[in-house]
Amino acid sequence: MQTFLQLVINGLMLGGLFAIISIGLTLIFGIIRLVNFAHGELLMVGMYLTWIGTSQLGLHPYVLAPPVVLVLFVIGVLIQRFILQPLLDARDAHVQIFATVGLSTALINLALLVFGADLYATPAPGVREAIHFGPFRVLIGQLVMFGCGIAVVVALHLFLERSYLGRAIRATAQHRAAAQLMGVDVRRIYIVTFGIGAACVGLAAVLVAPLYPTSPTVGTYFVLTAFVVVVLGGMGSLHGAFVGALLIGLVDSLSAYYIAPDLKEVVIFGLFLLVLLVRPTGLFGLGRGSE
Amino acid sequence: MLTLHEVQAGYGRTTILHGISAEVRAGEVVTIVGANGAGKTTTLRSIAGLVRPTAGRITFEGEEIGRMQPHEVVARGITLIPEGRQLFPFMSVRDNLRMGAYTPAARARMQETLEEVLDLFPRLRERLDQYGGSLSGGEQQMVAIARGLMARPKLLMFDEPSLGLAPIIVRQVFDVVERIASTGVTVLIVEQNVFRTLSIADRGYVLENGAIVMSDTGAALLRDDHVRRAYLGI
Ligand SMILES: Nc1ncnc2c1ncn2[C@@H]1O[C@H](COP(=O)(O)OP(=O)(O)O)[C@@H](O)[C@H]1O
Ligand SMILES: [Mg+2]
Repeated sequence: MQTFLQLVINGLMLGGLFAIISIGLTLIFGIIRLVNFAHGELLMVGMYLTWIGTSQLGLHPYVLAPPVVLVLFVIGVLIQRFILQPLLDARDAHVQIFATVGLSTALINLALLVFGADLYATPAPGVREAIHFGPFRVLIGQLVMFGCGIAVVVALHLFLERSYLGRAIRATAQHRAAAQLMGVDVRRIYIVTFGIGAACVGLAAVLVAPLYPTSPTVGTYFVLTAFVVVVLGGMGSLHGAFVGALLIGLVDSLSAYYIAPDLKEVVIFGLFLLVLLVRPTGLFGLGRGSE
Repeated sequence: MLTLHEVQAGYGRTTILHGISAEVRAGEVVTIVGANGAGKTTTLRSIAGLVRPTAGRITFEGEEIGRMQPHEVVARGITLIPEGRQLFPFMSVRDNLRMGAYTPAARARMQETLEEVLDLFPRLRERLDQYGGSLSGGEQQMVAIARGLMARPKLLMFDEPSLGLAPIIVRQVFDVVERIASTGVTVLIVEQNVFRTLSIADRGYVLENGAIVMSDTGAALLRDDHVRRAYLGI
């Protein structure tokens, strides 16, 4: 029983990691209806920034959260404004998706050029220490990540529900032309949304960097799970994605122990396909533009 | 107030409007009547900035608006209540109405406008917390009109507000349009219900295949042989 509970705790903590990585992807997909294939690479950029700040400037990664989040916001804004928006005016909307694939490849190669293929460990005093709750243990860094995941989902939810800008963002997702008729500058909405999505990845990067080594392809490693989370969570639903992430964390942790470590991915993607077959809108999806 | 001068517009390579000229003066109720596919919606979308004219000029209060983005047109005081309601389906009625008052000028007076609009549509008061998508067709049309009023427009454009509604609701819709016009809002309305529309309109234009073929007062068009034969089935 004790082993099982520890596995559940591990699974929830892993879920917290998946959640924080998936939030930005969910937001961008839910509002702009764009699958951002460069999402993992934005994480990678954020992790390198964190590594530079810690190893070169001697700062604690958590202290770097505000500047990294800000830089990623700006990067997101620039991507939407200067790469994706011009393509939106082009005839085929699918061109945008290919553009994010191209951006992903470009960023990986840029990282290879600048940093090489080595793995960089981000120094982070205290983050990898364990806290004990009776017989159970969790890493401080995991606990922080979990808390931040919840905080970000709640904050985004309040922002989208309560503020004028947030309402305009939801309106744009639900009916783009009608939003324009209300006086919403939808291009600006897309720019802000992409910026916020990228900023969320920036926060994820700061939290992930102390726990996992940074490399040019680190984003590819995480982003596949993030896609599963987004689909499972209901394609754009933030709280859906959060619950979906916890579910995948649990399945990951439990199946690695009780079935076989090598088979956990099979189990996760098997489950993923099953959900898609039974509920194509995801576990928590209301359908298009539900949030 | 609003002037269209030789406006051409279309979708992709197809030209739909072949040089339309028309005018709406402040305080008027003007209608554009025409068969399905004549280009009525395209005309309104061109004014609203959703379709970009390929030639000609659209001016509002002396300012060229034909090249503007939709949000810039709304900020000038022109609001379109689109064909098919186009509510935000997963937003409450209250939030739909709030979205109507999105421009800074309208936002500043939102509470006041909301009360006025709810006095005009008392039924919506009970529906404020329901999703826009969960209402009946008639109620959705009321929300669409109310949402348009929230912008406090100088010129309010209606695109087929009575389409698909039960006769009793249709009458309510036209009553509301008249009441709105009586408060001093200028109205440009497009309708398939030609008889009722011409009855409340000061002036009307007849649009056929993307060209204006006739224009006169509402009363004169109601008596016109061509209009009676083609649109009133008399
Ligand atoms: N989005 C569009 N793309 C291409 N053609 C369109 C589009 N919308 C309307 N049309 C065409 O433009 C013509 C005029 O349409 P519309 O302005 O909607 O007419 P009306 O409102 O008078 O019924 C029709 O032939 C219609 O098929
Ligand atoms: Mg039409």
